[in-house]
Amino acid sequence: MSTVYTDTVKTLSPNQDLTIGTTGQTVTLPGNDLRVNTVKDKGGNTLWTSDGAGNLSSVNSGLKGNLLLLSTQTASNSTSVSFTTGIDSTYDLYIFKFIDINPSTDNQRFEFQVNASGQTGFNETMTTTFFYARHSEADTNASLTYYSGGDQQQGTAYQNLGWISNDADHSLVGELHLFNPASTTSIKHFDSRTTWNNDTDGLMDGYIAGYINTTAAITQIDFKIQAGTFDGTIKMYGLL
Amino acid sequence: MATLKTKAIQPSTGTNVNLGTSGDAVLLSSDSIQTNLYKDAGGNTIFQSDGAGTLSNVNSAMSGAGPKLITSTTAPAGTSSISFTSGLGDYDHLMFVFTEIQHSNDDRFLSFQVSTDGGSSYGIAMTSTFFYANHMWSWSNAATLGYDTSRDLANSTSYQKLTQSSDNGGTITGANASGIMHLFGCASTTYVKQWYARVGNIYYIQGVYDNFIAGYVNTTSAVNAINFKPDSNTFKGTIKMYGIA
Repeated sequence: MSTVYTDTVKTLSPNQDLTIGTTGQTVTLPGNDLRVNTVKDKGGNTLWTSDGAGNLSSVNSGLKGNLLLLSTQTASNSTSVSFTTGIDSTYDLYIFKFIDINPSTDNQRFEFQVNASGQTGFNETMTTTFFYARHSEADTNASLTYYSGGDQQQGTAYQNLGWISNDADHSLVGELHLFNPASTTSIKHFDSRTTWNNDTDGLMDGYIAGYINTTAAITQIDFKIQAGTFDGTIKMYGLL
Repeated sequence: MATLKTKAIQPSTGTNVNLGTSGDAVLLSSDSIQTNLYKDAGGNTIFQSDGAGTLSNVNSAMSGAGPKLITSTTAPAGTSSISFTSGLGDYDHLMFVFTEIQHSNDDRFLSFQVSTDGGSSYGIAMTSTFFYANHMWSWSNAATLGYDTSRDLANSTSYQKLTQSSDNGGTITGANASGIMHLFGCASTTYVKQWYARVGNIYYIQGVYDNFIAGYVNTTSAVNAINFKPDSNTFKGTIKMYGIA
């Protein structure tokens, strides 16, 4: 076996290609590691690019799994949080996750509405259901209840996802699933499970579902608090 | 084009061989490249293989949002409890998946508690709800939806039940409990810790239960360990902890 000892292998001129091996061969790098910022396949398609500090971009979708975090918004004394880009036909299912939503004013509803393509305002027609289980620290109000005050019948109001105590350590968490928002032939289903602290030191376990009664594509969604402001984190995922 | 034919290139000095220079593309016209450790030009690891195809230190941009498996524990028969004592604060959303949980005795309940002292003790106050849908195929033939006040907690430090009383697989071959629990914001020192679960089980006198459980851990201290166990005796099964970015 011949061995070339050198520290550097360069092309004859700058910006040329340096080709190693040929079809049918395997290039083995027994050294400790291979260091390069951009890795491509043989067709020249980028698999990933690093900025040299470990931050990757242009990562091939096959390397990223099927649940993709698309956007994270942190509310701080915010009246609303909107996702106005990124909701399209790329994903059949969008998941919105709520982490520690805390209102400034006691007992305020955390709500959402959507906007359809080509229209203005968050005011699409919905028909929804709402039921919850509840139980307090004082061991009262243990029950399972359909909540007609939280549903809508062809309404255009913001949909209630839970009403939250504003105690400093109280919050709402949960998820909202929005199915196939880019469809232009079907109405759009959603479902949600949220849990929150109410204003009587109790737990609420809410189940909200419904459909948005439009065949227009849904492209935007808005989350807001009934009154005052709120803190918390809302993440938008797409599931491939 | 100049061609160098050789079977090996090794450094003449030091430990590095540099291929090409800035602006060049290094093309591997071979069918594959074999190496265990990929780094960027700054020396930051992109991912690492152990040479047997098992990857580690995968850059987070390559792992997506998850769920990312943090720990998997398979308990053999006779296990009294399973604890997870690390990694709880690394994600703001944890997911626990229970599969084939089978108790040593009939009429037992999968339950959990959490710790703020790394697992030295378990017993933080929780308030919770518990409702279910069930369908009995013997005994009463009942099919109901109901709230169960005997399974919820009211600011109690007791273990939280996640199932109705389960068959141990002795009466009903293959009976077990399975489900998923979500736990949020363990690292928070501001908020209580909310959680919710849905767990199915085979009732010990022949029926199926679909249990919906939710609650909060009433502490603003970080939760850094969690313990699962039957309310008495032992169990077996698998519990996996995932993190979701």
